[in-house]
Amino acid sequence: MKPVTEFRSPTKLTYTVSAGTVATEFLSAILQRRIVGRRCPVCTKVYVPPRPACPTCAALCEEPVELPETGTVTTFSVVRIPFPGQLLEPPYACAHVLLDGADVPLLHIVGGVDVNQVRMGLRVTAVWYEEPQPTLASIRYFTPNGEPDADYASFREHV
Amino acid sequence: MRPVHIAGFAQLPHGLVDNRHDEGGMVRAVTAAALQEAGLGRDDVGFTCSGSSDYIMGRPFSFVMALDGIGAWPPIRESHVEMDGAWALYEAWVRLQHGDVDVALVYCFGKSSLGDVEAIYALQNDPYTIAPLGLDPMTAAALQARQLIARGLLTEREIAETVVNARRNGQSNAEVPAIETRSVEQLLAQPLVRDPLRAHDAARFTDGAAAIVLTVGGGGPRIAGIDHRIDSMNLGVRDLTLCNSARIAAERAGAHNIDAAELYVPYASQEKLLCAAMGLDPGVQINPSGGTLVAETPMVAGLVRIGEAARLIRSGAKRTLAHATAGPCLQQNLVCVLEEAP
Repeated sequence: MKPVTEFRSPTKLTYTVSAGTVATEFLSAILQRRIVGRRCPVCTKVYVPPRPACPTCAALCEEPVELPETGTVTTFSVVRIPFPGQLLEPPYACAHVLLDGADVPLLHIVGGVDVNQVRMGLRVTAVWYEEPQPTLASIRYFTPNGEPDADYASFREHV
Repeated sequence: MRPVHIAGFAQLPHGLVDNRHDEGGMVRAVTAAALQEAGLGRDDVGFTCSGSSDYIMGRPFSFVMALDGIGAWPPIRESHVEMDGAWALYEAWVRLQHGDVDVALVYCFGKSSLGDVEAIYALQNDPYTIAPLGLDPMTAAALQARQLIARGLLTEREIAETVVNARRNGQSNAEVPAIETRSVEQLLAQPLVRDPLRAHDAARFTDGAAAIVLTVGGGGPRIAGIDHRIDSMNLGVRDLTLCNSARIAAERAGAHNIDAAELYVPYASQEKLLCAAMGLDPGVQINPSGGTLVAETPMVAGLVRIGEAARLIRSGAKRTLAHATAGPCLQQNLVCVLEEAP
C-alpha cells in the first residue's frame, strides 16, 4: 500500500481583534509621534509599552506617563546573516533602548550608524517615518544623538 | 481526601463585546475580587491554575499575557489548561490533595466576540476524517437531537421549554446581558437552522472572565465530590442518546440529594439528556442563573457554573451540582457537587 503523505484540509479562522484600552492609548499616541507608558502605583515603575497591570505587583497601572524619544542602549546584537521572515537587510543592530524616565527597555533597531559603532551606553533618539501608523514600527529606528555615552552604573538596574 | 472549600468567586459581567479589557486587565479584575471575597492576599496563594484558549483569543500565548494580572513575581507555582476553567479548578483541587499547599487560585477568560467560536470548535474534530468535512458543533448537536426525538426521549416542545426557562431565570442575573423572554409558541414559530434546532437553541456567546479561590478547610461551600470523564471523539461509535461520560462523572462526584444544578448546556436539546444521564430528579432546580443559553463565555462558562452553584449554597441550598462540558455532543463532562460547610 502506498503511504498517504499529504492531504488538503484548508482551514481559515478570521478574528476581529481589539487592542484594549491600554494598548489603544499607546498606539494612538504613536500616531501623533508621542510615546506614552504607564506607571505602577505601587512600585512606581514606568512600563513602555504600557501594561494594564504591573507584572510584579498586580496593581492596575492607570497613570499614563509621557516619555521623551531619547534613551540609552542597554544591550544589543548585530544581526549579520539573513533568515526567513527577516524584515531588514543585514547587517543591522537590534537593541534594547531604555527611554529616559522608563524602567523597562523597549526593543527596537539602532540605525543611521555603522553597526560596529553600536555599544552599550550609546545615547539615541527616535527617527520616525513621515506618516506614522498605529504600530511601534512607525519609529524607523533609534539613531545616535551625539550625547556622551551613559555610565553603566546609570542603567545597570535596567539591564 | 482533604476538604476543599470555595472561599471566593468573582466574574466580570459577561458582555456581548468587551473592547475594554485585554487578558491582563480581565484577569486582574476577577482574581483581585475573588481573593478579596476570600479575605486573602495573593501572597497566600500556593498554587495558581488557569484555563483559556489561544484559538478563542486569536493570539499566541494569550495565557502568558494574562499572568500580568496576578503579579507572578517572585515566580509562582502555576499551571494552565487549554480548556474551560472548570478543568483548571479540577487540577487545583488535585494539587491541594498533595498536602503541602492550602490555597489555590483558579481563573479563566475568553472573548467570543473576536472570532467565530463555532468555526474554532469545529477544529476539535478528528483532523483526518471529520474536520475536512467541516462539521460544526450545532450540526453535530442536531444529529443528536434528531436521535433523541426519534427514540421518544425528547420533543421539540421540550427543547423550547428549556429555552423559555433559561431566559426567564436569566432575568434576575445582573451579570449577564439582557435577554428577552419568549413563549414556547413564539420560539416554535422561529425557522429551523439545523433541523430540528433553531437559532435560539444555541447558547448565547459572550465575553468575560471568572476566578475562584479554593482553600483547604475554612468556611464556604465544600466540594463534596468532583470527577470528569470523556467519551470517544468519534461520534459514530457513541450512542448519542446517552451521555456515559456525564453519567459516570456524576456517579463518582456523588450526584444525589441535589437541590439545584448549574449545567453547561451548549444546545437546549442537550439539557434533558444531561439531567437524565446525571440522575437528577424532576424536582431539582435547573440553572437558576439562566445558564449558558443566556451567557456562554468560552473557557469561562464551566467555572462560572461552579461559582454559581457555590452561591446557591451560600444562599441556603444544602447540596448543589455544577457541570461543565466540552467537545461535540457533550463529549467531555465534569461534575462538581457542593455542600454546606460542616
